[in-house]
Amino acid sequence: MKLLTRSLLAASALLMAGAMPAMAKTFVYCSEASPEGFDPAPYTAGGTFDASAHPVFNRLVEFKKGTTEIEPGLAEKWDVSADGTEYTFHLRKGVKWQSNEKFTPTREFNADDVIFSYDRQGNDKNPWHQYISGITYEYYSSMEMPSLIKEIVKIDDHTVKFVLSRPESPFLANIAMPFASIVSKEYADALDKAGTKEDFNNMPIGTGPFKFVAYQKDAVIRYQKNADYWGEAPKIDDLIFAITPDAAVRLQKLKAGECHLMPYPAPADIAAIKADTTLKLDEQAGLNVSYLAYNTTVKPFDDPKVRKALNMAMNKQAIIDAVFQGAGQVAKNPIPPTMWSYNKDIKDDPYDPEASKKLLAEAGVKDLSMKIWAMPVQRPYMPNARRTAELMQADFAKVGVKAEIVSYEWGEYLKKSMEPGRDGAVILGWTGDNGDPDNFLSVLLSCASAQPGGANRAFWCNKEFSDLLAKAKATADPAERTKLYEQAQVIFKDQAPWATLDHSTQYVPMRKDVTGFKMSPLGDFTFDTVDIAE
Amino acid sequence: MIRFFLGKLLYLVPTFIGITMVAFGFVRVLPGDPVLLMAGERGISPERHAELSAQLGFDKPIWSQYLDFLGRLMHGDFGLSLVTKKPVITEFLTLFPATAELGLVAITIAALIGVPVGVIAAVKRGSWFDQVSMTTALIGFSMPIFWWGLLLIILFSSILQWTPVSGRISLMFFFKPVTGFMLIDSLLSGQKGAFTSALSHLILPALVLATIPLAVIARQTRSAMLEVMGEDYVRTARAKGMSSTRVIGVHALRNAMIPVITTIGLQVGTLMAGAILTETIFSWPGIGKWMIDSISRRDYPVVQSGLLLIAAMVMLVNLLVDLTYGLINPRIRHQ
Amino acid sequence: MSETAVKLSDAAIRRRMLADFWFYFSQNRGAVLGLFVFLFIVFIAVFAPLIAPHSPIEQYRDALLVPPVWQEGGKAGFLLGTDPVGRDILSRLIYGAQYSLFIGIVVVSISLVGGVLVGLLAGFFGGWVDSVIMRVMDVILAVPSLLLALVLVAILGPGLTNAMISIAIVYQPHFARLARAAVMGELRRDYVSAARVAGAGDLRLMFRTILPNCLAPLIVQATLSFSSAVLDSAALGFLNMGAQPPTPEWGTMLAEAREFILRAWWVVTFPGLAILISVLAINLMGDGLRDALDPKLKRS
Repeated sequence: MKLLTRSLLAASALLMAGAMPAMAKTFVYCSEASPEGFDPAPYTAGGTFDASAHPVFNRLVEFKKGTTEIEPGLAEKWDVSADGTEYTFHLRKGVKWQSNEKFTPTREFNADDVIFSYDRQGNDKNPWHQYISGITYEYYSSMEMPSLIKEIVKIDDHTVKFVLSRPESPFLANIAMPFASIVSKEYADALDKAGTKEDFNNMPIGTGPFKFVAYQKDAVIRYQKNADYWGEAPKIDDLIFAITPDAAVRLQKLKAGECHLMPYPAPADIAAIKADTTLKLDEQAGLNVSYLAYNTTVKPFDDPKVRKALNMAMNKQAIIDAVFQGAGQVAKNPIPPTMWSYNKDIKDDPYDPEASKKLLAEAGVKDLSMKIWAMPVQRPYMPNARRTAELMQADFAKVGVKAEIVSYEWGEYLKKSMEPGRDGAVILGWTGDNGDPDNFLSVLLSCASAQPGGANRAFWCNKEFSDLLAKAKATADPAERTKLYEQAQVIFKDQAPWATLDHSTQYVPMRKDVTGFKMSPLGDFTFDTVDIAE
Repeated sequence: MIRFFLGKLLYLVPTFIGITMVAFGFVRVLPGDPVLLMAGERGISPERHAELSAQLGFDKPIWSQYLDFLGRLMHGDFGLSLVTKKPVITEFLTLFPATAELGLVAITIAALIGVPVGVIAAVKRGSWFDQVSMTTALIGFSMPIFWWGLLLIILFSSILQWTPVSGRISLMFFFKPVTGFMLIDSLLSGQKGAFTSALSHLILPALVLATIPLAVIARQTRSAMLEVMGEDYVRTARAKGMSSTRVIGVHALRNAMIPVITTIGLQVGTLMAGAILTETIFSWPGIGKWMIDSISRRDYPVVQSGLLLIAAMVMLVNLLVDLTYGLINPRIRHQ
Repeated sequence: MSETAVKLSDAAIRRRMLADFWFYFSQNRGAVLGLFVFLFIVFIAVFAPLIAPHSPIEQYRDALLVPPVWQEGGKAGFLLGTDPVGRDILSRLIYGAQYSLFIGIVVVSISLVGGVLVGLLAGFFGGWVDSVIMRVMDVILAVPSLLLALVLVAILGPGLTNAMISIAIVYQPHFARLARAAVMGELRRDYVSAARVAGAGDLRLMFRTILPNCLAPLIVQATLSFSSAVLDSAALGFLNMGAQPPTPEWGTMLAEAREFILRAWWVVTFPGLAILISVLAINLMGDGLRDALDPKLKRS
């Protein structure tokens, strides 16, 4: 038995070593999650977009690699009307659609595709709106597209005009997001005729750098280089996603050379990765924040002094050390430092238990006991909320505040934490969708979002703060907007509706021979520029 | 025989209806709301929430949802996954072969090692072999297999680097699934090295999954053998001067096999439970991991129908065990 | 026969049975070893606060992931090292013994009492009561136990109490079936008819007359369930559905430690070893009990 296994294993080890054939360049990405489907519009998970929107599709405008700036995509250029409500896009010519065994395109990309891509999401009369029963377009509606887009007009085959109901400065950033990927109308028509509409979600056809080849559920996705790609052609021939949900296993595979690159290493493994000479590690501050939101409508947390006192009792560096294993930085603002308009001049409340005690006494608070809500799941901004809550609990005890840790199942947690009059402070966080400060501040802290259905879990409604946000949203000039957002951050810090905890650092470990990978501040994984050194 | 079979089958009907109730009832009272999970940190307005719930049919009274559920089951419709929007039955059928392959290989390993070990231990009762093997079996029986799996990964994949860490076959092999069983498909593909690769991926998880059944089978075989060897007819055969190999091989073994086969059959449930843990540890794309993921994502239709399909499968296997039992031992048939 | 005479001989029989039992039990060296290990674990659990060198939840922030004392970098204060937030692993293991025993006792008590009641009812009354009860038991048994427990925990919410309740529900049919089978066997016996003729009521018949006569298989099943309960609750903890951190439950400790599998072997190895040893000890005892209580095996 032993002998048999040994020779068998030796044989397989040999195979693994030779697993990367020399003729075609194959790049293997050990991805974290199975894609929900391959149509980017109905889904919301980053893992789905990495498998569909980024390799297979394009948008009218795109995020420039490694930044949150906008650059031309399927639209070569665009004009904005003086009042900011009309965007005219001039489409790129000669863009070819991909083909597969069931579909061969007869025409190139044009305005009809653009209109179809948006109309099917926003118009419930469009026959493709419900091509799978029960399908919904969450990003389209949560980015407020239904109320924002008044109409989309085809001027000619290569020009479309979007008419908006109001000026909205984040619009371009919004339509660079995956949900706004441009799909083929001709492919949709062909599937309709064949009676296999669901293939639209199983076998995607796009204009992107890679062609979809096959998906083996929960195991492997295969792509091939798109030889007719309109942009710069990818340097690798085959792209493979090996789906590996467990971080420890992913790292094992990377070390064994079974894949070239992986996302989300466990914080505990970072040091070992740095020490490994066959690997290298890219790092960048993530576009995220995690926070502890007090309920500012409940006594005694309606008093900014109490909130500040608790913030000062908290040793945030200790959280970074123990929970993030150092892979993060202490947050002082509600937006991350990689985002434009981040206010560098703001001073964080210092860690000072004595001052905290004094401040609590000043506010007339004695024998305070409270609840800390710790979420049950791991998120990019918070690897272990439980552990964080335990640390806070110990810190609070030192200033005489008793804290009890509570947790609920994730869906329940999200719901209960948004119920008015909630008892306790909630640990939660946010990852940016599109790099616009409005996507953090309005969503998480405005008066409007303190209502049911919003996400303002401090229930903090500060008129001055909200007015600044509204003004910034209607302003097109980036310099002007920056000023307004910086001002808003000053008010935020002064009122302290949250304890801002941290911005986690995103790490991407890869084999030494991988070149050309660029980390995206938005957390996307794209492979059209990667190469493997010989 | 046919009457025996039909009787058994009829007996299963109320149980199965009970299971549909349990599957439906349990799952619909799970706290947490799939619509909320879809919205995530962003939150969702009450109007939009109502709209989505209606679209997914969650707004109807519970009994009417149950009747709908039963009606669809009759038509072989197991519902759509809320997450992937694909039919549950399709997902089940694509993932099931992975679990079945793992389970079959595990039970084969368990039976091939467990039965001989049990027989030898019984024949050489009290010997060092008996003591060592039964102690080992008891350790295996007491093993937290999730921990055992982790230890094996550390040893074989990390330190010795003999086996791949996870997956079913090396990525360099790519072929359309025919049977869904990677060992067979890799042979059919005709690609060189594909079979060895599939085997090396399968070996660790199968060993982990085989641990408990192996221990149970070895122990059960031993005690069944001991019991049979104490029976009068075996003693008689011995007294008549039959060689002990023949006594053991012909008489004892055959009669001892009845409880052993039952034991093997009854391990199916244990295997399914073990598959949940094993598949989680090895990222094995089978139905155990699928169920765990679906429970945590509140994917109602998947949990419901998955529970149902798994229960139906376990019942079916138990029925088959009963039938085999009836074939071997006619007395039972006529009871 | 006078009343007193019966009682006396009863006591004598019991003494005799116990001596018999101990004789057979002590024949089995493994069982005796298991018993000692088990008593040791009980001792540790009871005196945990006195034995443990540290508090199980105290975090030493300057001693994160310290290896065991014999390895390079180990500290004398932490014999088996510390976990990622600087808690002493030995102390957590010692306190963990409390949880495992507690889980075992609670699960076995609930499932034993529930199962026996249900089984007695079914066996004693027969007819539709029996059919309904046994169909429900069949339903529970048709679904793999861990899967059913998982779904139950998901309904009730993750946590130690709910995990125990779920496991107890899943185990309970085994006791019900045993009790029912025993009752149905005993009902035909002469002594039951005799008691009936003597005018014993249903309840008295069930609990005083029949139950004591089918205790042996129940005790064996209870020991088996005890060890399975420790294993299954650890599995639930491992899947993040059982006891919640910072509870030093062994399975939960394993789940928390999983991400450190490559870097800090001790946080993964020791909790698993603790589970294995205690489950093994109980199973050894269970084997001994079965041999001692099962007359069929005694003969051979």
